[in-house]
Amino acid sequence: MSSSSVLYDHPGPRARIRNAVLSVVFGVGLVGLLWWIYSKFDEAGQWEGRLWKPFTETATWTQFILPGLGATLQAAAVGMLLSLAFGLLFAVGRLSERRWISVPAGAIVEFFRAVPLLLMIFFVFYGVPFLIKGPVTAFWAVVIGLTLYNGSVLAEAFRAGVRSVPGGQSEAAYAIGMRKSQVMQLILLPQAARAMLPIIVSQLVVLLKDTALGYIVAYPELLQRSVNDLSANYGNIIAAAMVVAVIYIVINSLLTALAGWLERRTGSQRIRVPKQTRSRTVDSTPEGGATVSEPQG
Amino acid sequence: MDVFTDPTNIDAYVSGFLWILKLTGASAVFALVLGVLLAAMRVSPVPVLRGFGAAWVGTFRNTPLTLVIFFCYFGLYSTLGLSLSDDLNRNIYWLGVIGLSVYTAAFVCEAVRSGINTVPTGQAEAARAIGLSFAQTLRIVVLPQATRSVVAPFGSILIALCKNATIVGTIGLIEASSVMKDLLNSYGNAVIPIFLVFAGTFAAILIPTGYFFGWLANRLAVKR
Amino acid sequence: MRMKRVAAVAAATTLALGLAACGGDGDGGSSSSGAKGIVGKAEGQKKLVIGVKADQPGLGLQTGSKYEGFDIEIAKIVAKGLGVEEGNIEWKTTVSANREPFIQQGTVDLVVASYTINDERKQKINFAGPYFIAGQDLLVKADSTLAGPEGLDGKTVCSVTGSTPAKRIQSDYPKAKLQQFDSYSKCLPLLENGQVDAITTDDIILAGYAAQDQYAGKFKVVGKPFSEEPYGIGLKKDDKTGCEKVNDILKAAASDGSYKAAWDATLGKSGKAAPEMDTTKLTNCGSV
Repeated sequence: MSSSSVLYDHPGPRARIRNAVLSVVFGVGLVGLLWWIYSKFDEAGQWEGRLWKPFTETATWTQFILPGLGATLQAAAVGMLLSLAFGLLFAVGRLSERRWISVPAGAIVEFFRAVPLLLMIFFVFYGVPFLIKGPVTAFWAVVIGLTLYNGSVLAEAFRAGVRSVPGGQSEAAYAIGMRKSQVMQLILLPQAARAMLPIIVSQLVVLLKDTALGYIVAYPELLQRSVNDLSANYGNIIAAAMVVAVIYIVINSLLTALAGWLERRTGSQRIRVPKQTRSRTVDSTPEGGATVSEPQG
Repeated sequence: MDVFTDPTNIDAYVSGFLWILKLTGASAVFALVLGVLLAAMRVSPVPVLRGFGAAWVGTFRNTPLTLVIFFCYFGLYSTLGLSLSDDLNRNIYWLGVIGLSVYTAAFVCEAVRSGINTVPTGQAEAARAIGLSFAQTLRIVVLPQATRSVVAPFGSILIALCKNATIVGTIGLIEASSVMKDLLNSYGNAVIPIFLVFAGTFAAILIPTGYFFGWLANRLAVKR
Repeated sequence: MRMKRVAAVAAATTLALGLAACGGDGDGGSSSSGAKGIVGKAEGQKKLVIGVKADQPGLGLQTGSKYEGFDIEIAKIVAKGLGVEEGNIEWKTTVSANREPFIQQGTVDLVVASYTINDERKQKINFAGPYFIAGQDLLVKADSTLAGPEGLDGKTVCSVTGSTPAKRIQSDYPKAKLQQFDSYSKCLPLLENGQVDAITTDDIILAGYAAQDQYAGKFKVVGKPFSEEPYGIGLKKDDKTGCEKVNDILKAAASDGSYKAAWDATLGKSGKAAPEMDTTKLTNCGSV
């Protein structure tokens, strides 16, 4: 943050005037654009009271929005837990020295990171029932899709985390006679987990946003309950979408803030992989933001 | 495997992936331009610009892409009357490009900003000392170096963008994932091959892309 | 240092456990095995779980805490005939994509949700009914001159992705431009704003939308159905007894006036007279 101010001198009188002029010009343009959008929406009758009144009624919240939010959070919570387990398992698998473990684990992680979530949800929901000769609920279609994708992302993050623990640590542990599994459990994972906590929380934001795709298989989450079901009553599809967007932004901003706070608390240790040992940089984008900046749906 | 010998299915497969590639290509260009602009705003001396950049990132990074694309269709097109083509699919395509671009730009902006932060402060100080302005400092000294360190995150963003292009299917473009869904419903005896072909195509495009960016990042990395 | 690490791990664990607690109440609500079918369940537990649509005004619409519509009234008649009081019905929202799964896995006992009887579905589940014959039609603006599907050439028509009506437009009227969404409620603002020329699905569903307060006087149903969609009541494939019982209840409802009352209280409000239920067309419940 502070480095940005390094880019320019402390503004003198002329620069201050210039900045003020720029502020005003841009500000006026922005306000004009917003006003134009507002009046166009007004023309189309989008601000009419009848479209917004439902949101002042309790039933709208208790019957539509809150149950939807509950379903969203539930899918995100279960998905996160399973992703953590999946990520841990495959990170350890990929770090294994036995090639028959590390190669398949690596292939699976690479594969699921490259396949769009929507494809996985569709496959589980529409394809798997033919295989198991029975139905798959929308809930599990969403959760399994989320787990495979986010689990793979977390696996890579965990792997980078484990590798970020200085080599001397495991050498010392081996020197006092620990077995490999002990080194992993007692030395590497606890330190990696601590450094990974901010990434885990920001991945939760990604995961929470991705649950919105659940509506495509009719999982009764926030989008489905409001944009489809609520608007069927009042014809207020855009109003409903705006309310939902605000809910998402508030929750995700809180989570993002939490991630930032954790990052500062944990001593802002960034996961950095020693250059000579990394296979390719993409695995471990230098800033902890590797996963933060992954703009999945 | 009669699924993939039927010419209609092959056509659907090809056109589905062509839409994905076209969406990715156009959105990548717009998102890059917009993202760099936003990043410049976020580090600029003008408070309103900084605030605008921050608001943009805060909004789009925290909203599901599904909703962003939804607003492009129902807000820009249906309510504001912004029609980008008379052809139904072309119009959805451009609305999708807008949605993907504004969403992805938020991530590009953050990547560029953290890239700018990796450039040692001494560089910017030196630039200022020889009398370069903010724009010059950014353009001549900081961004060229930042570019090198943002290659890797750009790779991840491009890959995510390509995968996210499937979400344009939710406003009615018959792209790859919609094609796959239709085939799954029609050919219950071949669901695994169908999934493997579609997922495999994505993997075949995106895994090498990931390795390419990894290689490029290593090559361009600034030795410090 | 060590304390801090322990604290961090503990924090991670608590977070995880907290999330686990949230996720605990997964998918409850499904009935016990239901080996004796719905007749047995209705007698034993005096309860039924019925799957209905939540977004189809006039047929099945969730309004706040309750559901209303013609399908809902039919479901109440069936429940009553099985000896289950209205208060003991648990309504469950279904959408087109999950009706068969919900029946197969026992999430619901019955489905009354604008459910067209067809051979493909009959392979997975059993149908009682039909209690209504719908037909695919077009919903257009009140001042539109569109008179039927033949006039759709070059026009834009909105429907639900992969639905039977959408597929029929694609195969029979390929010159129409088809905009597809996941729900009809998304088509309505487009028709209102003029981005699509028509919405197509079963006439009875379209009539429900046209009759809604916010669209009063704006839309009309063309009134030239170009398909036949017999609506049935879905239940488990092996529940032949239950199916026959539901058919008996429908037969009785047709003669004692409760069927007409159900219509008059819902879709009939628009002034349309109650249809006659042709009880000779009731399904044979899967017997060959």
